[in-house]
Amino acid sequence: MIPLRIEHLCKSYGALKVTDDVSLDIAENELHAIIGPNGAGKTTLIHQLSGLAQPDSGRVVFMGEEVTHLPMDARARLGLVRSFQITSILPRFSALENVALAAQARDGSSFRFFSNASREADLNDIAMRLLTRFGLHERAQVAAGSLSHGEKRQLELAVALAAQPKLLLLDEPLAGASHEEAQRLIVTLQTLKRELPIVLIEHDMDAVFALADRVSVLVYGRIIASGLPQDVRADPQVRAAYLGEEV
Amino acid sequence: MKRRSLILPVMLFALLALVPLLATLGPRSFILAITTRIVILALAALSLDLLIGYGAMISFGHAAFLGLGAYSVAILSSHGINNAFAHIGCALAVSLVFALITGAISLRTKGVYFIMITLAFGQMLFFLGTSLAAYGGDDGLTLAQRSLVFGAPVLKNDVTLYYVCFAALLGAYLLCRAIVASRFGRVLRGIRDNPVRMQAIGFAPFRYQLTAYVLAGMIAAVAGVLLANQAEFVSPAYATWQRSGELIFVVVLGGLGSLHGAIIGAAAFSLLAELLSHYTEHWAMIFGPILILVVLFVRGGLTGLLGGGR
Repeated sequence: MIPLRIEHLCKSYGALKVTDDVSLDIAENELHAIIGPNGAGKTTLIHQLSGLAQPDSGRVVFMGEEVTHLPMDARARLGLVRSFQITSILPRFSALENVALAAQARDGSSFRFFSNASREADLNDIAMRLLTRFGLHERAQVAAGSLSHGEKRQLELAVALAAQPKLLLLDEPLAGASHEEAQRLIVTLQTLKRELPIVLIEHDMDAVFALADRVSVLVYGRIIASGLPQDVRADPQVRAAYLGEEV
Repeated sequence: MKRRSLILPVMLFALLALVPLLATLGPRSFILAITTRIVILALAALSLDLLIGYGAMISFGHAAFLGLGAYSVAILSSHGINNAFAHIGCALAVSLVFALITGAISLRTKGVYFIMITLAFGQMLFFLGTSLAAYGGDDGLTLAQRSLVFGAPVLKNDVTLYYVCFAALLGAYLLCRAIVASRFGRVLRGIRDNPVRMQAIGFAPFRYQLTAYVLAGMIAAVAGVLLANQAEFVSPAYATWQRSGELIFVVVLGGLGSLHGAIIGAAAFSLLAELLSHYTEHWAMIFGPILILVVLFVRGGLTGLLGGGR
């Protein structure tokens, strides 16, 4: 089964077509990078895949089930989980609680009113394992808002994984990271892509070519090229779209 | 919760428990009356803190639930049903339904629209009260007696009534404290801080917010039942928007999101109002600036000032 199928997705803001007849299949065990110049509609596309924005027409099919009009939380429960370009965490919660809360979302009902959630060993164990994996175990009790930028990016990935995704939508996971932080995150993503299919939006071309199995290029809401990284890199249309920038 | 943060609430409740003893040192019935009102106000404010402080739902119609509770007592009593448990049961049932309906509609909106729509629902109830000619309309209704417990006028004794109110406040406080730390409360707090993040991991905010809204409404309705018994009188004034504003005032004054802050706020509000009204009838003129100063300079309200932690 194709994990994620995008069929003729269209969305306009007024006269501006931000998503123009986008069709894509994301295969099992594939990291599919979507690149494109600023304003190409990459984030809007992720919004429509994750349910934060509604397309005007077209379909999104996840694991054989149409999810085009499902809200974001329902998609997350199906396993279609996203991260955010601008770090989105709960700043007042500890790093551990940020992750434990995502684990809680997958572990039975949250309509429990009496026992103390922060003492639930099962949830804390899952959270601690993930924090360890992302190099944050020593920062578990620190308020998420006080973490460094790079740590927050790692935390965001840990949170997404705790939600038990079957496919990850990553919106510029390296945004704002320093060079060392970016290298760390690339290593993290290299192991992650062996576990589940990933749709990655990224500006950092080094990261894209280090990680992607396939690349699609989005320009003015339209996919102008899609294929293996080296083929896309050689595509004259792509070179033109980037106006001679090094691709 | 840390142990240190327990000191303030324990001291507060210990002090409140001793009030009937301390009252014998002064004008006893006056002291009892005002502290009973403080405890009732604290109960209503506590429930509003659950909404505002933990759920970021700024309801400007919370007094409606006070009205529902108070009128449950008055209307049932006027038909000869004096049983306290019937009064409480009726208040809980009516507030449950009212909260479900108004909450389900209000929670479709955000921010200032949520404030306005809860205000509108509150006013609706207020005008309903004024139009109930059979139950006193605008003027309200004096109760023939307080609620009966198994046919006995137990609440007639002011000290007993005080301790019933105290027990209700303590119970609600412990309940809310447990809720806030529970799975449900953690989700509610998460939604307060970042609803989009919570949706992204699979929580639909609406059902959690609505549940909190209903819980808070029902607790406030209990406060309404107690208020009617304390005053032996009900009127639509219990449900006015000024009352709702007063409740927000109390919660902010005491410190949002600490639960016991609502108790401190209620005490400070009532005592200050009582004190200032001795000097001038325009006491609100002094009162307003005090609140502004507290909001501007004391983070976390009076609770923050007392260093009780959050």
